[in-house]
Amino acid sequence: MRQDDLYINKIDWLSILLYGALVMIGWFNIYAAVYDEQAAKSIFDFSINSGKQLVWIGTAVLLITVIMVADYRLFDNLSLILYGVFLLILLLTPFIGKEINGQRAWFEIGPFRLQPGEFAKFATALALAKFIEKPSFDLSQPKFQFQAILIIMLPVSMIMMQPDTGTAMVYMAFFIMLYREGMPQRYFVFALVFIAISLLSLAVDNNLYIALPVAALTLALILMGKKNWQRIVTLCMIGIAIIAYSYSLDLVVSKLPQHQQNRIMVLFNPDIDPLGVGWNVTQSKIAIGSGGFWGKGYLEGTQTKFDFVPEQHTDFIFCTLGEEFGWIGSLVVVFLFVALLIRLVFLAERQKTRFSRVYGYCVISILLFHFMINISMTIGLFPVVGIPLPFFSYGGSSLWSFTILLFIFIKLDSHRIQLLGRMN
Amino acid sequence: MNENRHSVIVIVIIIVGVILLTKLFMIQVVDDSFLRRAERNAVQRIVDYPYRGLISDRNNELLVYNNPVFDLMVIPQEFNIADTAKFCDIFQIEKEKLIERYTAAKKYSWVKPSPLIKQISTTDFAKIQDYLIDYPGLFVMTRSVRAYPDSIAGSALGYIAEIAPRQLERDTVNYYTQGDYIGHSGLESFYEKILRGKKGAKYKMVNVRGVDKGSFKNGTLDTASVAGLNLQSTIDLTLQKYGEKLMKGKRGSVVAIEPKTGEILSMISAPVYDPNLLAGAAYSKNYNILLSDTTKPLFIRPIQAKYPPGSIFKVVQSLIGLQWGILTPNTTYACNKALVACHNHPSPVNLFGAIRNSCNPYYYQAFRQMINQEVSSNTYTDTQIGLDKWHEAVEKFGLGHKLGVDLPYENSGSVPSSSLYDRIYGKGRWKYSTIYSLSIGQGEMEVTPIQMANLAAIFANKGYYYTPHLIKAINGDPDNIPEEYTTKHDVGVAAHHFDMVQDAMAEALYGTAMRAIIKDIAIAGKTGTAQNPHGEDHSVFVAFAPKDDPKIAIAVYVENAGWGGRAAASTASLMIEKYLRGHIERPALEEYVLVGDFAD
Repeated sequence: MRQDDLYINKIDWLSILLYGALVMIGWFNIYAAVYDEQAAKSIFDFSINSGKQLVWIGTAVLLITVIMVADYRLFDNLSLILYGVFLLILLLTPFIGKEINGQRAWFEIGPFRLQPGEFAKFATALALAKFIEKPSFDLSQPKFQFQAILIIMLPVSMIMMQPDTGTAMVYMAFFIMLYREGMPQRYFVFALVFIAISLLSLAVDNNLYIALPVAALTLALILMGKKNWQRIVTLCMIGIAIIAYSYSLDLVVSKLPQHQQNRIMVLFNPDIDPLGVGWNVTQSKIAIGSGGFWGKGYLEGTQTKFDFVPEQHTDFIFCTLGEEFGWIGSLVVVFLFVALLIRLVFLAERQKTRFSRVYGYCVISILLFHFMINISMTIGLFPVVGIPLPFFSYGGSSLWSFTILLFIFIKLDSHRIQLLGRMN
Repeated sequence: MNENRHSVIVIVIIIVGVILLTKLFMIQVVDDSFLRRAERNAVQRIVDYPYRGLISDRNNELLVYNNPVFDLMVIPQEFNIADTAKFCDIFQIEKEKLIERYTAAKKYSWVKPSPLIKQISTTDFAKIQDYLIDYPGLFVMTRSVRAYPDSIAGSALGYIAEIAPRQLERDTVNYYTQGDYIGHSGLESFYEKILRGKKGAKYKMVNVRGVDKGSFKNGTLDTASVAGLNLQSTIDLTLQKYGEKLMKGKRGSVVAIEPKTGEILSMISAPVYDPNLLAGAAYSKNYNILLSDTTKPLFIRPIQAKYPPGSIFKVVQSLIGLQWGILTPNTTYACNKALVACHNHPSPVNLFGAIRNSCNPYYYQAFRQMINQEVSSNTYTDTQIGLDKWHEAVEKFGLGHKLGVDLPYENSGSVPSSSLYDRIYGKGRWKYSTIYSLSIGQGEMEVTPIQMANLAAIFANKGYYYTPHLIKAINGDPDNIPEEYTTKHDVGVAAHHFDMVQDAMAEALYGTAMRAIIKDIAIAGKTGTAQNPHGEDHSVFVAFAPKDDPKIAIAVYVENAGWGGRAAASTASLMIEKYLRGHIERPALEEYVLVGDFAD
């Protein structure tokens, strides 16, 4: 057997290295987040979160082994079954799940808690890959667009029943994959305009500041272009729609539950209620901001250590990093994420089958979304939504689901030549 | 058609990374406010208050010390009482007050301590100590308040109290914070920086609930407080105490100075108040009582009250006249009562006789010679030139300006110059006949009792003085006292001119102040009567003794007590005897002063 033929050489070790680095930094941060100088326990102590996380890491390694030795064809063949199973579980979750913070998003099995919404992501990704795999699947056609969106929206609607808005929102990430696979660009332009108008409407007090420029722009476009009636009517409709939307958004927001309204308003002005809704963001920014350039040093953080930042070992774990390792530490972690994501784009692009490429982009989409939203919310760029930082946040569901998500792709990638052979 | 879309995704990934790192850079590196907010959050600065310096008298007898008191603190979250009535009974607090304080504490913080009962004395604390264990959420903080073992010299020592908002504004180095104690008057205020010491600070970390999480950075930033320095004052405890006893029930001032050094041996502002009233829990109540008292016990008469110097000023006039060569011991004037009123005494008199008999017409004539030296042919201009020359000479005697005693709020008194009369009458529209009452220390002249005592010291020293002061040593070191108190001031009159003046002052006692004479102690003195347009004249007496080696110079003012020979002279004489002899051999005179009606 030639050296090149060794299976082990076909695995993308760079991705695994980046994954390993993130998991280890995450583990050290979890220890720092729960560290108590007066009752210091070992990082291996199973009574504290860092010890428990070590168990999750160990079992994740087991999962990786299972994925890497399993037959790669399994994921293709099981994709729709897995999707079906998870839909069923999600359907049941609101009824049999354990209620935590007003949500029924968790299953309790003995001492373990699992969040089906997290695991459903890779099943959905596999299902999407399976559907889009067919060469006839053309995302420029509304029929196929509808199918793809349906696959995404089924689990989303069920997760919304729990209700777990954060997790449900992450499924929007699949549109990144849909973009790569040929979803028309105008949808994304429309989405960007939509998001921009939404943010502006929420940020400004008086919607006239939006209505007037939009009206002026519409008028300018009408005057500059060809003067046919169809075009003028279309432009006017769009302009009116945008203005109407901007006015209606305030109304819609005012109908939201108060805590969600507050989360949105706090984004634009964290000082509205620094001890209430603004507390999380304010404290999180203080923790990260006080880290300075070099950080306060490992286990030296005061804000994160003394519980000023809530949920800091899970959704706000980035605070510990920002406080203790400063901008340099943040730079390293952001760099690791960016490097992993770009590496995964490279891997996805070298796939010979559409199935594994689509799956690869699903992985990229989910990771990018989590990474972007989680850090943004800790530094006040995005409203606080409860989604974990991949590989970093404490918890089995999170670590396991991201590990499975990533390693199925690494497994597929390692068989890219064989997959091609099979298809041929 | 989708070939370049992966590049768009890579660019999006990079843009996300750059945006996050930029925002992180903004809050972590550019904006340093988060660091301060973090420290405010988690690091609690606990001020370690220094022990305030003690104040002793010239013989190291304690005048001011620190008394421990206890503040009962409450942490609302842990505080729980079953029986409010019982609690109020044990801790000696009214129910309304308890509710009011507890509500305020809750409003301030649910988890941080607030004072519930302030300044519990040691004895009261002993009564409640055993009950504390029954009430969770209560603990005790030790502080100290000033205490005065002999309850004397309130106006000289001053008092400390919580810093006023205005003082806080003026504190440019930010030493003080709201609620700190600061000297408000007297030595406590003047030597505040020496007495206060240096605050220390302990930094401890607290979690979000305010629970102590240990020292910050292992205590490397902690600083210990430095106790304030001790002051040794020049006050003689025994003399001060005796003087306050003599002045009981009277209004006025006694200032005694050691002439050779300018050290103030006693400074009494009557009516006196017990300085203990302004220390401790009842401060504000007592302060308001003292403030509204019509006898004005908070008015520091020795340095703030202004009186015309009266006859005593004639001694100064004599000295200036001698120095200028206008007068000689043989200069004789007739007692011409057409010029100004006088008592009955032989006429004409020479200078000695003029001092001895306090002859008004003599000084009328002598002063005219001093003012109108015919430098100018214009009478008005001539008066102006003469008055300004005279004004300059008088100021050298420590009059007309603040002496610079080490107490705040000193008054300058006033010695008129030509500009004053220009303002009153117009330039060139006044002459000697307008201002002649200055010749006998009346008119627009005003002096403070301490300036008078300083005059007595000048007479005793034959022409010089040290700025009167209350500080003898700082932390046991006499060399540390401010330089201005060891600087000799010359009054510009040759020493030999004082010989005759001293003799005349010693002789004068036999004319006007027989009561002041002490067997075996030679006293030189001069009575005066400060005219009081509002009622009975003030009795004034200045003296020094022993005449040949003066150890004490004294000025006594007794308000509304008639002429100087009775109240003031008797009091001064007893003070001198007490200081030089240590005891009183004239119980009858003492009784006369203590009864204090000064009828004959």
